[in-house]
Amino acid sequence: MSTGTKLTGADIVLKALRDQGVDTIFGYPGGAVLPIYDALFQQNDIRHILVRHEQAAVHAAEGYARSTGKVGVVLVTSGPGATNAVTGLVDALMDNIPIVCLSGQVPTHLIGNDAFQECDTTGITRPATKHNYLVKDVNNLARTLHEAFYVAKHGRPGPVVVDIPKDVQFATGTYRSPGESQPKSYRPQVKPDLNRVEEAVELIASAKRPIFYVGGGVINAGPVASQLLTQFVRMTGYPCTTTLMGLGAFPASDPQWLGMLGMHGTYEANLAMHGCDVMITIGARFDDRVTGKLSAFSPGSKKIHVDIDPSNINKNVQVDIPIVGDAAYVLEDMIRIWKARAKRADQAALKLWWDQIAVWRARDCLRYEKTDQVIKPQYALERLRAALKGRDDVFISTEVGQHQMWAAQFLPFDKPNRWLTSGGLGTMGYGLPAAIGAQIGNPGALCIDVAGEASIQMNIQEMSTALQYRLPVKVFILNNQWMGMVRQWQELLHGSRYSNSYSEALPDFVKLADAFGGVGLRASRVSEVDDVIREMIETPRAVIVDMCVDPKENCFPMIPGGKAHNEILLGPADQPAQATPEEGMVLV
Amino acid sequence: MSPHDTIRRHTISILVDNEPGVLARVIGLFSGRGYNIESLTVAEVNEAETLSRITIVTSGTPMIVEQIKAQLDRLVPVHRVKDLTLDGPFIEREMALVKVAGTGEKRVEALRIADIFKARVLDATISSFVFEITGSGEDLNRFIDLMRQLGLVDISRTGAVAMSRGPAGL
Ligand SMILES: Cc1cc2nc3c(=O)[nH]c(=O)nc-3n(C[C@H](O)[C@H](O)[C@H](O)COP(=O)(O)OP(=O)(O)OC[C@H]3O[C@@H](n4cnc5c(N)ncnc54)[C@H](O)[C@@H]3O)c2cc1C
Ligand SMILES: Cc1ncc(C[n+]2csc(CCOP(=O)(O)OP(=O)(O)O)c2C)c(N)n1
Repeated sequence: MSTGTKLTGADIVLKALRDQGVDTIFGYPGGAVLPIYDALFQQNDIRHILVRHEQAAVHAAEGYARSTGKVGVVLVTSGPGATNAVTGLVDALMDNIPIVCLSGQVPTHLIGNDAFQECDTTGITRPATKHNYLVKDVNNLARTLHEAFYVAKHGRPGPVVVDIPKDVQFATGTYRSPGESQPKSYRPQVKPDLNRVEEAVELIASAKRPIFYVGGGVINAGPVASQLLTQFVRMTGYPCTTTLMGLGAFPASDPQWLGMLGMHGTYEANLAMHGCDVMITIGARFDDRVTGKLSAFSPGSKKIHVDIDPSNINKNVQVDIPIVGDAAYVLEDMIRIWKARAKRADQAALKLWWDQIAVWRARDCLRYEKTDQVIKPQYALERLRAALKGRDDVFISTEVGQHQMWAAQFLPFDKPNRWLTSGGLGTMGYGLPAAIGAQIGNPGALCIDVAGEASIQMNIQEMSTALQYRLPVKVFILNNQWMGMVRQWQELLHGSRYSNSYSEALPDFVKLADAFGGVGLRASRVSEVDDVIREMIETPRAVIVDMCVDPKENCFPMIPGGKAHNEILLGPADQPAQATPEEGMVLV
Repeated sequence: MSPHDTIRRHTISILVDNEPGVLARVIGLFSGRGYNIESLTVAEVNEAETLSRITIVTSGTPMIVEQIKAQLDRLVPVHRVKDLTLDGPFIEREMALVKVAGTGEKRVEALRIADIFKARVLDATISSFVFEITGSGEDLNRFIDLMRQLGLVDISRTGAVAMSRGPAGL
């Protein structure tokens, strides 16, 4: 259809979605969005996935977006529909996930009247989104929707809310196609300043103890960025570590990978960060879970920082060479300049550096006590890892807690977009809906939510969604009967006073799976682990696995809050050198 | 104290789309991230393109002020952010309306001081004046301090408006 077509607001919404290439949305109906639901009913291009809670609609859209590289789309009603979505929006904001969330609103003439199911959605979501809009004129609706998609996916991606009053959905107005609607003022810089890149390449080539510190921004920049990164890291021969959000940006199977860094990162990654002389940071944001004590963070290094968002540069850590741009463009330039100038790493220095790293690696920091008395959570994940070996179609999501960290440590990611976790906000309840979103976006793939018994109860109702759409998602609960991560901190910092961290009155997860119409499996002995994993993978339906693991295991390595990278604890026998200082205690 | 830790006052000009919520976004950014606002003024400056200009006076270390500017620049309706304090010489003005009540010697003295400060009389009764004064924030402070002793009743002050010197626009 060409410019100037007259449609109702609800039809404009659907046409704009179609013109944006959307074929799937996640939502929940209500009075203020009934016209849009009616329009949905009368067409077949866009599939609506009915979730059981609006928070889950956003997480499912996040899982869909992160696993496919597309924008995730959400539809919720006014008032409670919109407020329920807020946690998901903030989650997407923190983790840079492109989401467009459409919310219904009371009719324009009632706005501000405390009308039924009215809330100030744009006011509430202003700090929860990258941007938001209230559309009061149907003739602005198409342009606003296209702009929302533009803003959600360009620059640093994030969630955008478009709040649409019900009368606007009924009104007739003019449709505009995407090409006619570009935001006036939002033009993020994607191509870097070449002088800066040249400077960076010279510094990289002169390094004696270099490290690549890679984050989720490389995944945001698309699979090509991961390929370019891998190529460049291999050309230099330098070690590479990734953040929790960056897992998969560089192949875990590559010997140059040091594992994840940060609070629960590997000994070798953290000590290499501490001791490096040149840090090449790409699409990572110096999060406090990564830097530890700021004043002791990599004290002797020159730092390069590539980021698409200038506000993330020099925010926590002062860097020497800031480069604003998209990771893919910058890496392309780096590779080209490196080749053109025939750069080569200082091989002698690099050998010494790798020798040092080998010493750190030899500490085998992910080692845990092997026993056949009790299922160690790490063991369960090692067996899962073995069962998944050789498969290229696996997507792992997680909830939040110890199980999330163990999954990050023990499951290998060789490709981007396969790892879905709530890093920035740390939202318990993220994993199951995210797995559902990934499964919708990747039919036929194996989508597993590695869960804790506490987290899974936060969005367990989504089992019903999985069953409705015949999604064979797997919930792999490492059931330690505790909010393990909370208990670990209480042990370390609060004199083992386990205030409210025991998971009392747990449901029987096998029966629960059954009640939802899925399949429940349990392993309580080491000898049962492999069979349960095999059965889980072979079952072509939604499965909940209740893996009864050691209730006392803690997650190591660990850098206690407020400590430096070189104060890392390797295991239960390691006691902190000094009590955690007060500035450390207040950190989360 | 290193220059990195020195807290300095900055006057920042921001050109934004004049749309609902834009001021809330700017103010929310400052409150949400714990930045300081000394003053803020806003008005439409380009009716045809519905653009408004916001002048914010803030203070912080160089790293914080850099953050403030990057965060402002990231807002979708923001077209331009300019740090007048760093980008060369600029002019900054504030305005105040100052009401003074009194009779006799104090009243004469108030009028004399107003004259020295080039404050205009906007309203006069037998027992009161309303002065309009324009100048730097310090000029205004000095004027108001003097008026305190002469029957000050009410003050209404704007924040700063500011502009770079020379031919270049924002
Ligand atoms: C229980 C728990 C424990 C945790 N422990 C750890 C831990 O041990 N280690 C760890 O690393 N994390 C840990 N995290 C996660 C941590 O909180 C942060 O979410 C994470 O470190 C941030 O990752 P990132 O730096 O890669 O940034 P992201 O949040 O992924 O941000 C990406 C960065 O890249 C930029 N960017 C976006 N798009 C592009 C592009 N196209 N080109 C270039 N740049 C771009 C963005 O502006 C941003 O600066 C933990 C979280 C939880 C819940
Ligand atoms: C919504 C929400 N509430 C509270 C927390 C704080 N929190 C972080 S981890 C955790 C415990 C998680 O327990 P469980 O899911 O059993 O995982 P485990 O640590 O035992 O592996 C809690 C309560 C959170 N991250 N999210």
